[in-house]
Amino acid sequence: MAKRSAPEVNAGSMADIAFLLLIFFLVTTTIEVDSGIQSKLPPPVPDEVTPPKIKQKNIFQVLVNQDNRLLVENEDMEIKDLTAAAVKFLDNGGGEGPAGCAYCEGERDPESSDNPDKAVISLVNDRQATYNTYVTVYNELVRAYTILRNRESNKRYNESYEDMYLRYKEWPETEKETPEYEKLEEQVNLIRDLFPLKLSEAEPQES
Amino acid sequence: MSKFKKQKSGDLPAISTASLPDIVFMLLFFFMVATVMREDELKIENKLPNANQVEKLESKNKLIYIYIGKPSAQYQKTYGVTDVIQLGDKISTVEEVQTYVNTKRNDMPEDIQDEMMVSLKVDSGSKVGVLTDVKQELREAMALKINYTAKNGDPMRNLKK
Repeated sequence: MAKRSAPEVNAGSMADIAFLLLIFFLVTTTIEVDSGIQSKLPPPVPDEVTPPKIKQKNIFQVLVNQDNRLLVENEDMEIKDLTAAAVKFLDNGGGEGPAGCAYCEGERDPESSDNPDKAVISLVNDRQATYNTYVTVYNELVRAYTILRNRESNKRYNESYEDMYLRYKEWPETEKETPEYEKLEEQVNLIRDLFPLKLSEAEPQES
Repeated sequence: MSKFKKQKSGDLPAISTASLPDIVFMLLFFFMVATVMREDELKIENKLPNANQVEKLESKNKLIYIYIGKPSAQYQKTYGVTDVIQLGDKISTVEEVQTYVNTKRNDMPEDIQDEMMVSLKVDSGSKVGVLTDVKQELREAMALKINYTAKNGDPMRNLKK
């Protein structure tokens, strides 16, 4: 027996383990992108201006009370039914003559909204309602608009509004002069004008 | 024949571990890129609700963050247990919102001041009351573009307790 050097520990499999870890993290990590529901506040109103009158039938009233219960058009409602009710209201198209709505598919109930442009959703919150409920209700109301916009967009351009809007938003900055972009912008704006998001938030009530 | 047999008796060549550092670096870089740094140290609870009508937020330099929620455990002695507002690093009152927004807006480059947006990070368990006060202040400060920051998910999960 000649001199034998001490055997080296084989560290080759360490690399495999590290790769396993790497792949595991790659798969499980969700990179958090900040996202949220966009909203616009009304500018402060000068005292001498009186707000324009809106016909009662064009207002869709949503009340949230301190127990997080929903009162929609003076009736109790579950949150899951809210979107359908809002869609029905916005899409009613009950107006006559110039106030009519050619693209609406609703029931044309004269007691409900004239057209989507006139229709206003009013959301009133009790101060004691939780933010959870508030966001959910708000989300469901925005969803009603999205559903209608998608429908209209599919009908006109064979593409949902959401896809179109995403394309519009992610258009490369350097190619904004092209006619394609201008056409897309026009389409997005048209759909938006057909179903403008009119969501008003009145001052919440004290409990 | 015996010539070939002799060669076999040598030690196994050591396996090079030179690639290990590469792997560690890969991991390191991955996390460095993927990690989002928190701008402010949170002194309140801030669990965002779920929503599915969300849009991606604008780039960070156009955003102003306002946090609302209950003070976290170690601050409850000082600030109580009701919902409070956190502006930047410190817990503030409603009256300070306007000043804060205006200072932040003036710090921005002039050409993006109009695109400024306020991101409201409100804890899902808090009450709407404080939020409403903040919104009134924002209206006064002419910061009209706001955003209810939420996680992308099923909103119905908010309601299950």
